[in-house]
Amino acid sequence: MTPTAGGAPTTKPLPAAPRDYRFPRFERRTLSNGVQLLVASVPKLPLTTVLAIVEAGASVEPEGQHGVAALTARLLLEGAAGVDGAAQAERFESIGASVESQADWDVATVSLTALSHRLPEALALVRDLLRWPTFPEREVQRLKEQRLADLLQQLAEPRGLADERFANAAYAPTARYASPEEGDAASVRALTRLDIEAFYAARYQPAGTTLIFAGDVSMDVAETLATSLFGDWTGHRPKAAPRGVDAAQPGRLVRVIAKADASQSELRIGHAGIPRNAPDYFDVMVMNAVLGGLFSSRINLNLREVHGYTYGASSAFEWRRGAGPFVVQTAVKSDVTGAAVQEILNEIDRMRSAPIDEDELTLATSYLDGVFPIRYETTAAIARALANLVIHGLPENYYDVYRSRVRAVSTGGVLRAAQDHLHPDELRVVVVGDPAVVAAPVAKVTGIAPEIMSGHGGEVTR
Amino acid sequence: MHIPIETFELTNGLSVVLSTDHTAPIVAVNLWYHVGSANERPGRTGFAHLFEHMLFQGSANVGSNEHFELVQRAGGTLNGSTWLDRTNYFETVPSNQLELALWLEANRMGYLLPAMTQQKLDTQRDVVQNERRWSMDNQPYGTWWERLPALAFPEGHPFHHSLIGSMRDLDAASLDDIATFFSTYYTPDNAVLSIAGDFEAAATRSMVERHFGAIPRGSGKPPLADMTLAPTFGCALREVVSDDVMLPRLFIAFRSPVLGTDEYFAASVTSAVLGLKKGSRLQRVLVREQQIAAEAAAFTYDLSKGSDLLVVDVTARPETSAAALEAAVHAELDHLVADGVTAAEVARAIALIETELTVALQSAGDRADKLSMFATYFGDPGLVNVQAERYRAVTEERVNAYIRTHLVPDNRASLLYVPREPVHAPLQDDLAMAEPP
Repeated sequence: MTPTAGGAPTTKPLPAAPRDYRFPRFERRTLSNGVQLLVASVPKLPLTTVLAIVEAGASVEPEGQHGVAALTARLLLEGAAGVDGAAQAERFESIGASVESQADWDVATVSLTALSHRLPEALALVRDLLRWPTFPEREVQRLKEQRLADLLQQLAEPRGLADERFANAAYAPTARYASPEEGDAASVRALTRLDIEAFYAARYQPAGTTLIFAGDVSMDVAETLATSLFGDWTGHRPKAAPRGVDAAQPGRLVRVIAKADASQSELRIGHAGIPRNAPDYFDVMVMNAVLGGLFSSRINLNLREVHGYTYGASSAFEWRRGAGPFVVQTAVKSDVTGAAVQEILNEIDRMRSAPIDEDELTLATSYLDGVFPIRYETTAAIARALANLVIHGLPENYYDVYRSRVRAVSTGGVLRAAQDHLHPDELRVVVVGDPAVVAAPVAKVTGIAPEIMSGHGGEVTR
Repeated sequence: MHIPIETFELTNGLSVVLSTDHTAPIVAVNLWYHVGSANERPGRTGFAHLFEHMLFQGSANVGSNEHFELVQRAGGTLNGSTWLDRTNYFETVPSNQLELALWLEANRMGYLLPAMTQQKLDTQRDVVQNERRWSMDNQPYGTWWERLPALAFPEGHPFHHSLIGSMRDLDAASLDDIATFFSTYYTPDNAVLSIAGDFEAAATRSMVERHFGAIPRGSGKPPLADMTLAPTFGCALREVVSDDVMLPRLFIAFRSPVLGTDEYFAASVTSAVLGLKKGSRLQRVLVREQQIAAEAAAFTYDLSKGSDLLVVDVTARPETSAAALEAAVHAELDHLVADGVTAAEVARAIALIETELTVALQSAGDRADKLSMFATYFGDPGLVNVQAERYRAVTEERVNAYIRTHLVPDNRASLLYVPREPVHAPLQDDLAMAEPP
């Protein structure tokens, strides 16, 4: 590389020698009551993140109680150990500690971030809410109303509505994944304080709880704290998760969710995917990066940079213990909806019909390999990575071998992954948009007359 | 918390800020250009942001889709953003790829125009118009982004008009506009380059000189219109928007002192007292106790020129009417003005802010962006190291003095969203099955 006369260098500089990087070291311990500890000591800043991972996600909810996992998790912050929710919030916040509590499909998570010198006090408050929540009737009712308000809002919010209607289309009606993670209006309205207490009693158990520490804390300090706060917590081992959360719906299906006069169509195209512990996970991840996982992926370059149909388009496998969805998502100007659907269907077919170029493979693998250290700059990101080890039972050396596993993916592996896990005949095409504008073009490109539905779930016409 | 800072200036006027941290082999490159939507000329709203998109379309030595691809192939992340008075471009890359990031940034700062074509402009215009639909037109309450500044800043003020721009003005943008905007504003003397992370300072300095040194200084930019305004609105302002939303939502903007002043810190603490997390005043009273609101928040825009805005944002519960929402929020504000806040509320707010300031210093990208901000607005990136101190110096008295002068009824600009068709008893048992009328 030589500078031109009076100008800046005109050719791309070559990289210098890379410096080694290792994912932060971590250690495990188990308390005598079964509470597990994972600790990554990363003393860069005086800050620690703690995640309490509990086997209490939506996938283990009793039949007919959809939403009880999310509601139970949220209610942990609304009263515990004789202190009401307002006072509880005040105790965390007055020491600058940030705490959140939520449930996803697989687990419930309480997350805490605090300056290190506040950690003992803050963790004692987390102990209170995990072990002695009170679920006051008033707060149960208030958070139920809150969820119903969110559901109401969603009817006017195309992105959330498209996500929900897509999930509903991708799974068999009996599958838990077919209905919203936090429950629908009917299921939420039916939940009682007794349901919440029963779910808590069954699922919030020391033997189903993992405490993850990442940040300015040593294993010894973490263990001493955990033992003093959680060591005398007794209970039973929670039962394993039931089956049937992820049964797929066979065949193609096309739905338009009516939003009259919409200036854009929100599109979701995909089907039920595969579980996180699939043996060809790395092949699938790289395949998806080429298809729609990166800015420079086929789908985004096609829809955005070639056609200008959208501000962005992407694809993803959502990784859960069960078979989470594979979905392409974008929002396109209403009058190009049919053309955009056609381009997406073409890209899915192209992925399965011929191997990708070596150049496309190395773009994806060198990105995933190179970006690895950038993903773990924060205590929250390191803690989240360790949580994934726990939730999905990944090998202990997973983050040490991640980059070499990525680099080992071949064009043949990518083609196999596309052929095994992309199913053109099973695609669900869900459009939230103006039926008057989009129904006919979508019917033309998919070969199926769409069901026209209201945002509430009812069918308007066929 | 004290992060190391070294600064220098190239002869062409480019300000450079370096901050080393060798804990991981990562480096962030961040460029702030001191130009935003405030600098747009009449009839060209949205141009600064459209221009930002064009900076990812290649330059003299970089192909059309190459900018994103080269950074991603190197294992880096990247983006850009446009604000009222600045535009930034940034990438975080493995530290051995630092020179690639500098080369890409220098190439588009120095040699953008040969790569600009009508076709690229037309495509990015479509992309940006879709961004407008996605973020504003097809999103409930989405238009607050342009309605609130339009209400809070007078006609003709540089912050009054839409940042994303009108469809008509976007349609009118031409390649000539690109060339003029580029030569006026995208010059080294109108930019700050910050580099944070794992690098060697002396070698990096010569690398910066090699890549950016030959880019000519600009010939000056036209001054912004006078942004001086009275310290408060002087009367209540109010706009009601009937929109495709399910629940009423009220934004109230208060005119407020600019970023960096002592009064700004009091305003920022006030916003945390009002709306940061569950223990904040509005969440405690309106969401938990009165159960009138589903959500409540407050924040400052952090504007550094003329005047800033503090904003309160409250969404109604389904059974709360727009009128009841508005009355309850104003009643709580009146109560604050009359009785003030407590020392405990101020201490809570400052404790949370202090943790947030530390959290925000973890990533190289966030560090570099903060350094660029302080260098661009105040000529002193070292201000990043005194923020916590300045927050800690805020007292209950200062917060209450701010509240008495700025949260008063004649300094409130209300933007109220109401559902287009009234929603009656929306949570009856037929919600899940109901058909639209």
